[in-house]
Amino acid sequence: MSKTVHLRPPLTDGDVVQLEIGDKVLVTGVIYTARDAAHKRLMDLLAAGKELPVDFKGQILYYVGPSPAKPGRVIGAAGPTTSYRMDSYTHTMLQLGLKAMIGKGKRAPEVIAAMQQYKAVYLGATGGAGALISQCIKKAEVVAFPELGPEAIHRLEVENLPAIVINDCQGGDLYELGVKEYRRSAETRDNAAECR
Amino acid sequence: MRQIDAKEITRAVKEAAITANFDLGEDMLAAFKRGEKEEESPSGREVFRQLLENAKIAATERVPMCQDCGLAVIFVELGQDVHVTGGDFQQAIQEGVRQGYGEGFLRKSLCHPLTRANTGDNTPAVIHTEIVPGDHLKITIVPKGGGSENMSRVFMLKPAEGLPGIIDRVLATVREAGPNPCPPIIVGVGIGGTFERAGILAKKALLRHVGSVNPEPELAALEKQLLQGVNDLGIGPQGLGGRITALAVHVVMQPCHIASLPVAVNIQCHAARHKEVVL
Repeated sequence: MSKTVHLRPPLTDGDVVQLEIGDKVLVTGVIYTARDAAHKRLMDLLAAGKELPVDFKGQILYYVGPSPAKPGRVIGAAGPTTSYRMDSYTHTMLQLGLKAMIGKGKRAPEVIAAMQQYKAVYLGATGGAGALISQCIKKAEVVAFPELGPEAIHRLEVENLPAIVINDCQGGDLYELGVKEYRRSAETRDNAAECR
Repeated sequence: MRQIDAKEITRAVKEAAITANFDLGEDMLAAFKRGEKEEESPSGREVFRQLLENAKIAATERVPMCQDCGLAVIFVELGQDVHVTGGDFQQAIQEGVRQGYGEGFLRKSLCHPLTRANTGDNTPAVIHTEIVPGDHLKITIVPKGGGSENMSRVFMLKPAEGLPGIIDRVLATVREAGPNPCPPIIVGVGIGGTFERAGILAKKALLRHVGSVNPEPELAALEKQLLQGVNDLGIGPQGLGGRITALAVHVVMQPCHIASLPVAVNIQCHAARHKEVVL
């Protein structure tokens, strides 16, 4: 049975292992943003033996490139981007101590395995609900790579940002499970219609 | 010969770019309301509820519904009796996109393919111009998000594969896309023409009102069959499992070469934005 869990980073292994696929999560506190371009920059810094602009230990990374803030607003629309584009960088991020990622869409099997290895979770936010999600963001500032514009790393202060556990650290996958429950053949569909 | 000032074109494109990103069409809102009632999966109904709330916030607070404000795809119908004055026609459209994305606080999402450096103003837009009879100028702006565009495909089938081959590819494209393109989706299918024409037909298919019936009975039947097939996949809203993966499948078809059967599948996320202006 799914439960609702309040998460407040920095997260410990204990915070993460209690989470199971289908659990609803409300995130409050500081989270960081990064899309593919920022991940690439982070990898380049690591390769050059340089210090990273953010210590990701225990942190939550939100895959988002917000639209610009109108005057008087904290941020523009800020829904999740598709996560598979970050898959090739994720193993390294988890090695750095990242504990959770918020995005939308499927992750690669090796990423799901790495989440089990390093005790981390993948959370899904509602893709395309950028205006709605932006209301949970109380403060936003760019902390690295400002030249990347929407792809810069932002530090966000959020309140009750809603997400759902897609991959837990037991290797579960909500996408697979959910689709299996509702997938049907034309025959079973017609039978269901007759029963109605 | 009717004269239309290039500045008027710029202004129209600017306003359309902004309103397309703030105001979701009535057809989509009606489809969300239906989904909220009819979706069997509880998480799916919750997604529809959130999408309705999201659309309401965007429209009332004048903010984009999605942070991905899209690459501006622009379909132009230019009447052959129109004379554009006071500037370059293509540039007038690009300037409208530049101003709309700037003044509307829309995200600039275009970059150099290799260096990935942002162009800074969301240009260049992709413009498809058709010369038609008459003295009107119709501009349709389609801000197209990257997530759903990435899940779209073009297939060059063997003619022997026929209709079963087409159905198979459409279903395979949606199945492989899974949760990635932000379902509930609209599926645009372009059949025939050439490699590039099939893609344009598929994109044009996305413009039709959700809930409308294809005037060609054979295509209407195909759309119904494809929609059932897509929804039997069980992907559901946001890919969490459910009965409503697509709100509509739209098919546009035209003749092709005797050796070919081009099929394009253009996936549109639920932020199905398009705005039409007639000058």
